[in-house]
Amino acid sequence: APKRYWEETQNATKKVEAEKSSDESKQENTDKEKKTDPFPGDAPIPEERMKKFQRGNKLEVPAGTRLKLRETLTRSEAGSDLAQNQSARYDLLLTEDALEGEEDEDTCTISQEDIAEAVDITSGSKHLLLGGRRGHVTCIEWQTKNLMCEINVMETVQDIWLHSEAMFAVAQKKWLHIYDSSGVELHCIKKFNDVLRMQFLPYHFLLATASATGFLQYLDVSVGKEVAAIPTRCGRLDVMAQNPYNAVIHLGHPNGTVTLWSPNQKEPLVKMLCHRGGVRSLTVDKTGYMVTSGLDRKLKVYDIRAFKPLHSFFLPAGASCLSLSQRGLLSAATGDIVQMYRDACGGAPVTKPYMAHRVRGTVWGVGFCPFEDVLGVGHAEGFTSMIVPSGEPNFDALDMNPYRSTKQRQEWEVKALLEKVQPELISLDPGMLGKVDNATFEQKHKERVEAVGYDPLAHKKFKPRMRKRGRSSAGSVEKRKNKVAHEELK
Amino acid sequence: MKVKVLCRNPDDYVRETTRDIQRVPRNYDPTLHPFEVPREYTRALNATKLERVFAKPFVASLDGHRDGVNCIAKHSKSLSTVLSGACDGEVKLWNLSKRECLRSVQAHEGFVRGICSRFCGSSFFTVGDDKTIKQWKMGPPGYGLKEEPLNTILGKAVFTGIDHHQSEGTFATCGQTVDIWDELRSSPIRSFSWGVDSFSCVRYNPVETELLASCASDRSIILYDMRESTPLKKVIMKLKSNTLCWNPMEAYYFTCSSEDYNLYTYDMRCLDSPVRVHMDHVSAVLDVDYSPTGKEFVSASFDKTIRIFPKDGGHSREVYHTKRMQHVICVKWSADNKYILSGSDEMNIRLWKANASEKLGVLTAREKAALHYNQKLRDKFQHHPQVRRIARHRHLPRGIFRQKRELKEIKEAQTRKEQNVRKHSKPGSVPLVTEREKHVVTVVE
Repeated sequence: APKRYWEETQNATKKVEAEKSSDESKQENTDKEKKTDPFPGDAPIPEERMKKFQRGNKLEVPAGTRLKLRETLTRSEAGSDLAQNQSARYDLLLTEDALEGEEDEDTCTISQEDIAEAVDITSGSKHLLLGGRRGHVTCIEWQTKNLMCEINVMETVQDIWLHSEAMFAVAQKKWLHIYDSSGVELHCIKKFNDVLRMQFLPYHFLLATASATGFLQYLDVSVGKEVAAIPTRCGRLDVMAQNPYNAVIHLGHPNGTVTLWSPNQKEPLVKMLCHRGGVRSLTVDKTGYMVTSGLDRKLKVYDIRAFKPLHSFFLPAGASCLSLSQRGLLSAATGDIVQMYRDACGGAPVTKPYMAHRVRGTVWGVGFCPFEDVLGVGHAEGFTSMIVPSGEPNFDALDMNPYRSTKQRQEWEVKALLEKVQPELISLDPGMLGKVDNATFEQKHKERVEAVGYDPLAHKKFKPRMRKRGRSSAGSVEKRKNKVAHEELK
Repeated sequence: MKVKVLCRNPDDYVRETTRDIQRVPRNYDPTLHPFEVPREYTRALNATKLERVFAKPFVASLDGHRDGVNCIAKHSKSLSTVLSGACDGEVKLWNLSKRECLRSVQAHEGFVRGICSRFCGSSFFTVGDDKTIKQWKMGPPGYGLKEEPLNTILGKAVFTGIDHHQSEGTFATCGQTVDIWDELRSSPIRSFSWGVDSFSCVRYNPVETELLASCASDRSIILYDMRESTPLKKVIMKLKSNTLCWNPMEAYYFTCSSEDYNLYTYDMRCLDSPVRVHMDHVSAVLDVDYSPTGKEFVSASFDKTIRIFPKDGGHSREVYHTKRMQHVICVKWSADNKYILSGSDEMNIRLWKANASEKLGVLTAREKAALHYNQKLRDKFQHHPQVRRIARHRHLPRGIFRQKRELKEIKEAQTRKEQNVRKHSKPGSVPLVTEREKHVVTVVE
């Protein structure tokens, strides 16, 4: 039977003597009873995750810096450390898990039917825009299969969404047209003719078009003005991609080169030879990788930040369309087969595809649905959507929210327009604006000379006077002048 | 076969009812937020433009005086009460929140030269051209009673300024001498003079409460210790200074407003050269007052403008003027660090915001967060030429603008001439004198 407390107190006096002998062992017991936190402090954050949120290198305040500057620097450094820590810690809370495939199975043999049976998809509404070879333009909500509009322009078309689902641009045989989501023609822009490919730069509100006449044109869709028209002098431009990291337009050419363009320069920023034959298709990743496929039936991966080739694969049929997902999954269409490659960029060279699927006709275009595990494939017989684990699981609602309401969309539109990035800021390094301008003295001087029109620091060139008589010969005059020359410079 | 694909339940991402707030899941991954710097730069540019758009500093004008306002004093306890003395001898008490005059007293014959409130806020002192010091009750007189001073002291000469001790019943006046008075006595307990015939301003140090500083008409600033019988030391400058004000936070610094259009911040411990010269006014500076945070001060000038200077900045960050405001004689920074009061020649007291684009009234948490964010952005990109150009631009009246240009030309010419003289003299015979050293003649212990 359990003892009552009074029983214990009665025994306590007896116990005292016994305890005196075992005093030391008792102390140890009380220490154990005290609760101590086995993991004191904040949970450590993995190094890798911290690295993900690091912006720039850590600054070390140089010795001999003045107190005021030192304080400012250390404070700002502490602030950025805190931001990095907090966002890395917040990353733990992101609930949606990344995708995982199967184990010990040949993944590329699994058919789409099997996958479709195995999974269950319900998701927010997303809009899909389709343009047919014969001029059929449709926009539908692809999950509910609701038709938003359907028009037939009876010409070959290329089409693209603008900044929101309310407007899309259609490049028809002759001119560029802009329609709203119900199919009403809003604008016909005759300055943009014979457009073959288009890209929309969402943060700049720029529509970049590449035409059959070799012109690369930029249209500011917020004010409806042509920002730049660049004659590329590279012939017909039918391979185009944008770099989502720095909004530079990549163009592929029949001579195997890829050129990089910004609206501020009439010449290409970079011109790189990628293939022996013509470039068939190219796509650029947001982390700085470019994947190209050419008529030489090769698929090549380049690191755009360093302009270096990383891998090169040989595809027997050659890839006609390429697309990269948000998680870096590469899809390549060869004939009527769509192949998916995992870790094509960055990692070790890939030997076989992750998944493959044969569609009913020749593939004309592939595109990943953002924030979903879906790949849309347009082919000769119609449109097919495939389940491919590829999307970014956690979206940021302040940047891009697939579940936004009308009100949220309107608010987002106003904010996005207010912080529209000016086209002048497009350059290879988008972080350039935040760096210290360490222009050398020569550079500054050169700019000053250009601005002023003459060199204000230039000294008159020494011209010896032809004197026939007297002691002040040209040489001695020059010597005298040299004596005081350093004082003049002050 | 095991397949794992994204499967989102829309209910996790949209609000449950229309009365709920929208759900905003975040992901701070930098790759999801491209163009970080250009976008922030655009935001900073917008924030700077908006700041200039909303810069409407003028709040109210208090009219009622029948002559130019000569002095203003803050109430030591109540934020909304302000005292002002005019050139016709009238003293008015104002309620700032209602913007109305509470009470007017015909205090002196001739100018009211100085006014200050007692530390407890129950009474205030005035000095005037009629050689008297008067103590008045802060509250109105009883029903049917006449406005009568609590106490009147008749002095020997005209008093030009007064300041009260922080915590004791003593006060200091200046005139032909600097006198220390006990409130209960009718003659000064101490009287200082150092070969000077008149003083224009005397101020108690807010921290070392026994210390005083005064501006004298022989172009000097003199420091005193109330407990000693002789002054401590003085610095003589090229031109006379009109008023001075102690920095309330770092009370070893004081700033004086000078006749030579500049303000000088001195370190009390080392008067050899000022710590900083503040330029921008185009006429004599008449008054100066520190913000309670000690980070900025405001100055009033004969050029019809008031300017706000950072305590360690050589040029002003802000200039206020209106078409109707004439020579500004006195200026005060309110104790809540939000407003500035200026009294000018044309009989008005004007109330300004200390931060020109600040929104008045209660702010919601979101507004506050947005303001802080914008402030941070402006700080971050302040050195970019576009942002700096917009942030720096101030419209000036034509007269002041031209005068400023003229002064700039004069200064350039002087520097050029000095350089030429130096060039054509024996090396070392024309030494380089910094701007700070230029204006001090000597320090006398």
